[in-house]
Amino acid sequence: MKRIVFQWIATGLAGFCLIPWYMTDSGFWRFRWLGDLTLSENAPALLQVLLHGRFWLAGALIALVAAAIVQIAVKSPVRAARFTAAIAAAGLAWTMLQGLIIVRSGPRLFHDLLANTPAETGQIGFGAGAAVTLLGLLFVLTTAISGMGRGRGDAFVTGMIGLIVSLVGIFVFYPVVHILISAFQTRTGLFDLALFISRFFDPEIWGIGCLIGQGGCGPAINSLILAIATGAGTTLLGLAFALIFTRTQFIAKPLLRVLSVIPIITPPFVIGLALILLFGRTGAATELFSDIFGIEKSRWLYSFWGIYIAQMLSFTPIAFLVLIGVVEGVSPSMEEASQTLNANRWQTFVRVTLPLMRPGLAAAFLLGFIESLADFGNPLVLGGNFNVLSTEIYFSIVGAVANPARAATLAIVLLALTLGAFLAQRRWVGTKSYATVTGKADSGVHVGLSAGVKWVCYLAALPWAAFTAIVYSMIIFGSFVKLWGYDHSFTLEHYIRAFGTKIRDGVLKFSGVAWDSYFTTLKIASIAAPLTALVGLTTAYLLVRQNFRGKSAFEFSTMLSFAIPGTVIGVSYVLAFNFPPIELTGTAIILIVVFVFRNMPVGVRGGIAAMSQLDRSLDEASITLGANTFTTVRRVIAPLLGPAMVAALTYSFVRAITSVSAVIFLYTAKHNMATTFIVGRVENGDYGLAIAYSAVLIVTMLAVILATQLMLGRRRLRRETRIEATGTTGARV
Amino acid sequence: MMKQHFLAAAVLASALTAAQQTTAEELSIVCSNEQDWCDLMTSAFTDKTGIGVSMVRKSTGETLAQVRAEAGNPKIDVWWGGTGDPHLIAAAEGLTQPSTVDTSELLGWAQRMADISEGRTIGIHLGVLGVAYNEDVLKEKGIAPPACWKDLADPQYKGEIQVANPNSSGTAYTQLATLVQVFGEDEAFKLLREIGKNVNQYTKSGSAPSKAAARGETGISIGFMHDMVKLAKKGFPLKIVSPCEGTGYEVGGVSIINGTRNFDAAKKFVEFALSAEAQSLGPQVGVYNVPSNKNATLPPEAPDPSTIKLIDYDFATYGSSETRERLLKRWDEEVKGTDN
Repeated sequence: MKRIVFQWIATGLAGFCLIPWYMTDSGFWRFRWLGDLTLSENAPALLQVLLHGRFWLAGALIALVAAAIVQIAVKSPVRAARFTAAIAAAGLAWTMLQGLIIVRSGPRLFHDLLANTPAETGQIGFGAGAAVTLLGLLFVLTTAISGMGRGRGDAFVTGMIGLIVSLVGIFVFYPVVHILISAFQTRTGLFDLALFISRFFDPEIWGIGCLIGQGGCGPAINSLILAIATGAGTTLLGLAFALIFTRTQFIAKPLLRVLSVIPIITPPFVIGLALILLFGRTGAATELFSDIFGIEKSRWLYSFWGIYIAQMLSFTPIAFLVLIGVVEGVSPSMEEASQTLNANRWQTFVRVTLPLMRPGLAAAFLLGFIESLADFGNPLVLGGNFNVLSTEIYFSIVGAVANPARAATLAIVLLALTLGAFLAQRRWVGTKSYATVTGKADSGVHVGLSAGVKWVCYLAALPWAAFTAIVYSMIIFGSFVKLWGYDHSFTLEHYIRAFGTKIRDGVLKFSGVAWDSYFTTLKIASIAAPLTALVGLTTAYLLVRQNFRGKSAFEFSTMLSFAIPGTVIGVSYVLAFNFPPIELTGTAIILIVVFVFRNMPVGVRGGIAAMSQLDRSLDEASITLGANTFTTVRRVIAPLLGPAMVAALTYSFVRAITSVSAVIFLYTAKHNMATTFIVGRVENGDYGLAIAYSAVLIVTMLAVILATQLMLGRRRLRRETRIEATGTTGARV
Repeated sequence: MMKQHFLAAAVLASALTAAQQTTAEELSIVCSNEQDWCDLMTSAFTDKTGIGVSMVRKSTGETLAQVRAEAGNPKIDVWWGGTGDPHLIAAAEGLTQPSTVDTSELLGWAQRMADISEGRTIGIHLGVLGVAYNEDVLKEKGIAPPACWKDLADPQYKGEIQVANPNSSGTAYTQLATLVQVFGEDEAFKLLREIGKNVNQYTKSGSAPSKAAARGETGISIGFMHDMVKLAKKGFPLKIVSPCEGTGYEVGGVSIINGTRNFDAAKKFVEFALSAEAQSLGPQVGVYNVPSNKNATLPPEAPDPSTIKLIDYDFATYGSSETRERLLKRWDEEVKGTDN
C-alpha cells in the first residue's frame, strides 16, 4: 500500500511542479506553454507560489509533502493510513475551496483577510496541473482509506469508488444544484421552503382532469402515464426481439437486427416528421385509409398516441440492447433442470427463464421510463395539446417569459417520478440471486420457446419491424425529393449541398455545408463513447460487486443527469462551468463531459443487469489464483460483458450524435454539432437538407455500430450455443 | 503496477484537457436569424473588415437563457437578429450594453427601439404579423378565406386554426399584444376566446403553425409574414392575409453583450449589420423582412408596408414584464382552457 501511496504522491507533485496549474489560452496539447513557464497563466503551481505570490495554492503541496512524511515516519500502518487520509482530504478540500472562493474577479469571501494580496486580481479556472494534482490527492486519500481496511483493503476498489463519486459530484451534483436551487427561492433570492411546497403541489402540475373525464391532465400526470406506457411497451417489444434473436431460428435475423436498432440512431424530429407525413391529416396512410375505408381525416396523431408511437420507435432499441445480453446469459442448465422435472416449455419460460431475466427487464423498463420522461423532440413535434414535463420545462427556460423557478420545480417533479420508478424497480428485483453464468461447465441447450410465446413474439416484433422499415424508407425517400410532402420530383441537390466535395489544386476540398459539423460530431462522439462505457461499466461493477456505505444514494445519483431533461442540464452546465474554478464553456471538453455523464446510466443499468448474472465465484476463483481486483475485472469480468459493453458504447456514441437539448447552450461555432445544425435547418423549413444529413448520419452510425458489434459483441459463455429445435419432429439446426 | 498508475493518470488528465481551448481571437456572434443569412453575413463581414467571426445560430429564447447564465463572464460578443422582445428584456436586465452606433440612417421604428433601450439594442428589420391559409385545404372544405382578425372567430373555421402559445412563443405574444392594441383589452380577450374555439392546437414554437398550414395539417395559421413568404416561395399552397383591422409587427434587434472583451470589433459588426450594404444582401438567401436602413433595397417579395395597415405598436408598454405577465396570466385564465 505504501508504494501505491508514494506513486500517487509523486503524481500529485508532478502536477504541482511541472504542469501549468491554470487553463492556458492556447490549450494544453499544443505545448505552447513550454515556451514560457514563468508567465502568470502558464506557470505550474510551484512557480505560481514563488513568483506570483499565489500563496493559497501551496495547500496542495503541503498536503502532499505531509502525506509523504507521515508515510515514512509513522510506523503503525493503520495509524499512518488514518493520518494520510485526513491530510489528503484536507488538501483536496482546501484546493477546491480556494478555487471556489478566489474567482476571476478576485475573492468572493474573506475580503479583509485577502486585502492587498495577489488574490485581489483573481485567478482563472483549473487547468491540467490542477487536475493532475487533485487526482493525485484523491488517490492518496482513497488508497489510505483502503489502508484503513475499508473496501476489503483493496486500493483499486476504493480508488474507483472515490473517482466515480468525485466525478459524479463535480459533473452532476455541482451543476444540477445550481439550477434546482431556484425552486426554493423567492423572486428576491430568499429561501422559502413553504413556497417550494406550494409550487411542487400546484394543482396545475398534478391535475387529474383527464382521468375523471374533465378536461386535460397536468403535465406531471401526462408524463407519468406516457412514461409507464412507454417503459412497459418498449420492454415487452424489446424482449420479443431479444427472444427471437436468441431462441428461435428466424431466417432474416441480420435484417431484423438492423431494423431493431435503427430507430435509436435517428436524429430527433426526423421520426416525428416521418410520422406526420404518414399519419398526419394529409399524410400518406391517412389519405389511403380515407380513400379506401372512408375514414375521416383527423388530427389524431397530435396527441398522446403520436408521442407514444414515436417514443416506442425511438426507445425500443435501448430495451432490446439491454435485454439481448440478459436473455443470452440465462443458463441453459436451469432450463434443462426445469424440463427434467417435467415442466413443459411454457412453464419453463414463465417459472424459470422469465424470473431469471428480472434485472434485465427492470433495467429496460427503467431506461424506457426515464427516456420517455426526458424526451423532448417527440412531444414538441407531435404533442398537440398534450403537455408533458420536458417541453414545459424547456419553455419555462427559453419561452417568452423565462421562469427558472417553475423550470426547477418541474425538474424536481420529474426527478421525483424517476426516483419513484427507481425504487419500484429495486423492490421488484429484490435481493434474490440472478447469477447464472457461473464458470462451471455449462453445455446445456437453451430451451426453445413454446409455440404460443414464439408466435406472440413474432406477432409483436415483425409488424413492428415492418413499420420501422416503412418509416425509414419514407425518410430516405424524403432526402431524394425536392420538397418532402409536397413536390416529389427526384433530386440529389440536398446531398450535394450538404456533402459536396471539390477538387481544387489537386486537393480534395469538403465544400458541402455539413462537413464541418459532421467531423466535429464524429470526433466528439468517438471520444465520449469509450469514456461513457468505461465510467458506466465501472460504476455498475462497484454497485454489483462491492459494498460500501451510501450505495443506494450513489446508485440513484448516477441516474440524475439522465433523468433531468437536457435543457436543464445544459443551463446548469453553463451556470456551473462558465466561471472558475472549473471553466469549461466554449471548449469541446464540456460537450464530451455532458455526453459522458448524461449517457453513463445506460452503461450502468446494462452493466448491472449483465453483471447480476455473473456468479461471484468467478471473481473469487480469480482472486484465489492470485490476481488482484484490477486484473480480475480486466481478464474475467470485462470479457463476459461483451453485449453490455456494446450496448453502452453504441448508445453513448449514438446519443452523442443525436442529442440536442443538452448541447443547445454548450455548442459553439468551433464545435458545431450535427443535430443543432439539423434542427436549425428544420426550423428554417429546409427539410430536404436536414433529412439528407440525417440519412448520412444514420448510415455512418449503422456502420460504426455493426463494426463495434463485430469486434466486441461476441462472448463465449458456453462451448457452444445451441437452441433446442422447436419443431415437433426432429431437429432442424 | 507503477506503469498502470501513470497510464491511468495520463488518460484521465488527457481526457480532462483534450482540445482545451478557451479564448478566441475572433468575434463571437450568436445569430438568431435563418442559418443561410447567418452564414452570408459572417463571410460578408469578414471579407469587408478582415475580422474573424465565429458565428453560431440559436433561437432568441435559447440565446437569452444563455446570456443570462453567462452574465459576468460572457463568451458571446454580439447577439444579432431574432425578435426584439428578448433583446429588450436583455437590455432591461443590463445584460447588453449601448453600442454607441450612429442610427441616423435608420427608419423611425428602428431608432425607436434604440431609444427605448437606451441604445442597447437597435432595430435591424421589421417582421409583420399576418394570417396564412392553405388554399387547397380551404377549397376542399369549401370555406372562404379570412380577411380580418374578427373573421377568425367564425365557426366555419372550427378546428382549422393553429397559433402558438404566447407563454412559449414571442410570435404569439406579439399577436396577443396586437389584438389588445387594436380592440382594447376586454374586447381582445373576448375575440381570443372566440377564436380559441376554432383553434386545433396552441403550438410551442411560433413558426410551427405556418409550417403545419403549408403541409395542410391545419387550414389557417397565424405568424410572421416573412416565414409564410418563405414557405410559399418553396412551392407550398400558402396564401398570406394582412388582417383588415390593422396588424402588429416585431422589430429584430442587434445587441452587444455587456462585458464583451472585443467591444471595438463588436461595434464594427453592429455598424455593418445596420448598413444598407449588408441589409441589401438578405433577399439572396430568402430573407423577406423589411430592412431598417433607409437606403437598403427592399426585396420585392417582402410584405410592402404601404399596402399593410400597420398599427403603432407600443413596444415600451407591451414589452415591459409587468404588462407581459398580466396579459399572459389573463390569457391562461380566459383563453387557454376554454376549449379542447
